[in-house]
Amino acid sequence: MTVDHEPVSTADGGEPRFSTWTGKARGWALRRLPPDKLLPEGQPSYVSSWIYVFGMGAVAALVYIIGSGIVLALNGPTWFHVSSLGRFINSTHLWSVELFFMFMVIHLWGKFWMAAWRGGRVLTWITGMLAFVVSIVTAFTGYLLQTNFDSQWIAFQAKDALNAVGIGAWFNVADLGQILMWHITLLPLAVAVVVALHVVLVRMHGVVPPLEAAASDAQLSSATPNPATESEHRK
Amino acid sequence: MLGIQQTDAGMPDPGIYFQWGDFLIQFGNLVVIATMVVLFILALVIPFPGRRSRK
Repeated sequence: MTVDHEPVSTADGGEPRFSTWTGKARGWALRRLPPDKLLPEGQPSYVSSWIYVFGMGAVAALVYIIGSGIVLALNGPTWFHVSSLGRFINSTHLWSVELFFMFMVIHLWGKFWMAAWRGGRVLTWITGMLAFVVSIVTAFTGYLLQTNFDSQWIAFQAKDALNAVGIGAWFNVADLGQILMWHITLLPLAVAVVVALHVVLVRMHGVVPPLEAAASDAQLSSATPNPATESEHRK
Repeated sequence: MLGIQQTDAGMPDPGIYFQWGDFLIQFGNLVVIATMVVLFILALVIPFPGRRSRK
């Protein structure tokens, strides 16, 4: 036997109210991010600039980093430190990280100079900065996993800094097993979640327009719908 | 004043470093930063393909 929880229509004929938490969550998600905003078919013309490409470039690099990281994890260090194919995949894992950071920094410069936190995009900006910081920690743990003199030197320089801020005993860079777990599980998951949240926020608020765009530009109102004008359109 | 030096700071491969006074940078890091600056400028000045056909 099933029990249906039909949405209750409001007296003024507005949006239905749900009685269950799943219905309320669905209603909230659909209001904030309807499917046509989540997966749009077009973008305003101001997005047709190379400076808008680097965010997605960073995401593409991240996809390769995670994919190559999975291959490295499945085969292990005796494969990627010894065989020619393993060394190649290991190298492309490093070079895609280089590209990831380069694209992310250019994306950061572009967004900083166009004040991308405008129009209620503060959380988008904050999640972008958070993605950058977490990525630095993730890359740092990757450098510690080279298992050579270079990684040993980096670890023993870093331990002093980490001890100085009081987390050295808990986050021990000289503990290869602990750093391996951080690098292949916790930190990639954190980067993926923060980047996914960042992209969803970009979809919710729309791509930030250039500073010189006029406030009356019709594309701006279609890219970043104003709740006040939206409710007027419904009437 | 610009100085190019081979340092031996206990690293396995110290590489080439450039120094302007107190500012010291490794050649590889300088290349990465210069590449990013060049890409940033090019992204601002090079027209995006198919721009006129977009709505």
